[in-house]
Amino acid sequence: MTTKVTVDPITRLEGHGRIEIFLNDAGDVDRAYFVIPELRGFEVFAVGRRAEDMPQITSRICGVCPTAHHMASTKALDDLFHVEPPPAALKLREMLYSMFMLEDHALHFYFLGGPDFIVGPKAPKGERNILGVIGKVGVEVAGQVIAMRKELRELIAYLGGKVVHPVFGLPGGVAKGVQKEDQERFVKAAEQGVDFALFTLKAFHDLVLANKEYVDLILSEGYTHRTYYMGLVDDQNRENFYDGKIRVVGPDGREFARFSVQDYVEHLAEHVEPWTYVKFMFLRNVGWNGFEDGEKSGVYAVAPLARLNAADGMATPKAQEAYEEYVKTLGGKPVHQTLANHWARIVEMVYAAERFLELARDPEITSTEIRRIPTATPTTGIGVVEAPRGTLIHHYDTDERGILTRANLIVATQGNAARIAMSVDKAAKALIHGGNVDDGLLNMVEMAFRAYDPCHACATHALPGQMPLLISLRDAQGNVLREITRGD
Amino acid sequence: MPKPKVGLYWCASCGGCEEAVVDLAEKILDVVAAVDIVFWPVALDFKKEDVEALADGELTAAFINGAIRLSEQEEMVNLLRRKAQYVIAFGSCAQLGGIPGLASLSDREGVFQYVYGQAPTVVSTDGVVPQTQVAVPEGELKLPEFWDKVRTLDQVIDVDYYLPGCPPTPTVIANALTALLEGKLPEKGAVLASSRALCYECERNETKPEKVSLTDIKRVWEIIPDPDKCLLAQGIICLGPVTRGGCDAVCVKGNMPCTGCFGPLDRVHDFGAKGLSAIASLFGSNDEAEIEALADKIPDVTGTFYRYSLPASLMFKSRAAPTKGGEQ
Repeated sequence: MTTKVTVDPITRLEGHGRIEIFLNDAGDVDRAYFVIPELRGFEVFAVGRRAEDMPQITSRICGVCPTAHHMASTKALDDLFHVEPPPAALKLREMLYSMFMLEDHALHFYFLGGPDFIVGPKAPKGERNILGVIGKVGVEVAGQVIAMRKELRELIAYLGGKVVHPVFGLPGGVAKGVQKEDQERFVKAAEQGVDFALFTLKAFHDLVLANKEYVDLILSEGYTHRTYYMGLVDDQNRENFYDGKIRVVGPDGREFARFSVQDYVEHLAEHVEPWTYVKFMFLRNVGWNGFEDGEKSGVYAVAPLARLNAADGMATPKAQEAYEEYVKTLGGKPVHQTLANHWARIVEMVYAAERFLELARDPEITSTEIRRIPTATPTTGIGVVEAPRGTLIHHYDTDERGILTRANLIVATQGNAARIAMSVDKAAKALIHGGNVDDGLLNMVEMAFRAYDPCHACATHALPGQMPLLISLRDAQGNVLREITRGD
Repeated sequence: MPKPKVGLYWCASCGGCEEAVVDLAEKILDVVAAVDIVFWPVALDFKKEDVEALADGELTAAFINGAIRLSEQEEMVNLLRRKAQYVIAFGSCAQLGGIPGLASLSDREGVFQYVYGQAPTVVSTDGVVPQTQVAVPEGELKLPEFWDKVRTLDQVIDVDYYLPGCPPTPTVIANALTALLEGKLPEKGAVLASSRALCYECERNETKPEKVSLTDIKRVWEIIPDPDKCLLAQGIICLGPVTRGGCDAVCVKGNMPCTGCFGPLDRVHDFGAKGLSAIASLFGSNDEAEIEALADKIPDVTGTFYRYSLPASLMFKSRAAPTKGGEQ
């Protein structure tokens, strides 16, 4: 008799993802499926729209990372209209983007994924949240986190008009610059940002790395997958969020491909499964060979862990220091341990803050030359950024008036979709034996995908930190044998 | 007296409405002190069963964002309607259909054909598309139904109030909460924001001529606008004159035009048609060829005027019944 275990966030109607675990007669896991029940069809209704509206329309894919879609889209417009923005505009875009990355990563560490470690994976469920974090790190620090977020978001709004769904990017530049008298505010926020990122790194050391149990958990095989990794790098193969070449390294860490985003179709492909609305990315030149590890499987990963694997280092000094320690502690590259994403994310916070500071101090950001008006006929435009959750690609074809005739979006979380499905399957298999499903499964499974910064399908998912779960143990007839809910 | 209970829920949306609530920043602590949030999937541990267990009307208010696209969303909002005294449509998607509402220009078949077949990166395996019920080797898996059209919240359940915006600003949210807590809610059906057009709160309003005359229309990338002057007067389509105020003209402060996310003013039944007629009335010519040339400068009428409101338009309202894959 087959038994089905449904791990169902009650939020399933909103596409948080659902986990279906099938047990065999022995009560062991046959297979765990990760199901995304969400689809909105942005690529379809993008057709017929004006190209210049895409940065604002596509930001509505995700209200948590609107800035990532906005920026990938804006860069696609530069390409589409064959226009190179003036240097000040590029710096302003990258500065805004660095602020966003810092703020978004901090949100994940303190509010979403971090509580598992800061408070503890085995802490009472009621404490494994931001309130538990406050208890651990203190009210003063919590106040600092809230104040930092507020200031960064106000500065994003200074430039972008709105912080949720900014109106900043245009082909050939940006809509608004920094007034000279306001530059100091940006510098100050950036200085605070660097301190804040370094403080967060220290907190990670004190609360996580100092605890052998946590380190063993990070290093455990149940949370490990050996796949390809992808990320944007600069001309020296250092990590970059805003621009560069897409670099892919293999499970052995060696460079597999390095290409311009304009060639993405030659390298990347999507696989469709009938049981989920999300499409799974894979490397076209390896091929889709199922949800498998190893170099014969085209499955790749994106986001912090993958970016640090795909790069040879960081472009700023303190981030480079943090990166070296991370690599050394985890036994060299590539780092395959999914839970190391949490650490990698903080290394990236340091980089985002340092880069923000470099750009905030740059005298050119107060230049008034922030736009170049396109003159060429639009054709095809492709843009890429590293979203917090991975490589994000926007591709538009238009007619000669700049009206979209086709759109293709490779959304960050899609890049991790296959590996997330594998992680959930592996965690379930590692934990469930002889039909024994206990409460620990809930958190083990949650941790397996939370490490990726769950923004499944990058669609309707804001801040899904505490994913409330219901596990129903059902027999083949659908009778509920046992129910376990978090909080019981 | 026990604190009033409220619930927050999301349907087909982006999470931006949730971010807007978090952007209340320190004010959120006041909110938590004043009400019991008993249901908020984004931040709190809850069960659908907990909502089912509530007495009918036990929730003082349910704030629901997002449009209605999937079968499960419909079930959930019907449940919340039963449990809540007031249902508040939160944000453009719930109020008017929002940007995901533009998907009503196509249907289920159109979306599936492209997304799972024609997109340049899809490697098709014998035309596989997601199914609501699918047999896998180990058993059966299910997905919610994807309807042909997108619906607004009030096309599915009775709605008491509307909070406009994509997303509503923290100020608009805070004011609505205050009105709710102090029992100062206006007449049912009201939109909880300014009742005047955006222009009245725009810093550039004093530079707006008494009668704007459009002799040329500029797309945003064709012009570097004067940052102090009315955008409409510079030939950029700005929907400030027809859009409800309340956002503090944040897009114009970003030196970009209003695209209408706060929706129509009171007594306007079709926001897009209103915007279109308002802009057309500013065309500064009586010559047919010149008028046509001006109209050609607005190449995407739907996306320009109905960007947030297609499912609420007169044209699409009548098609609001849920269908799937060619059903009538």
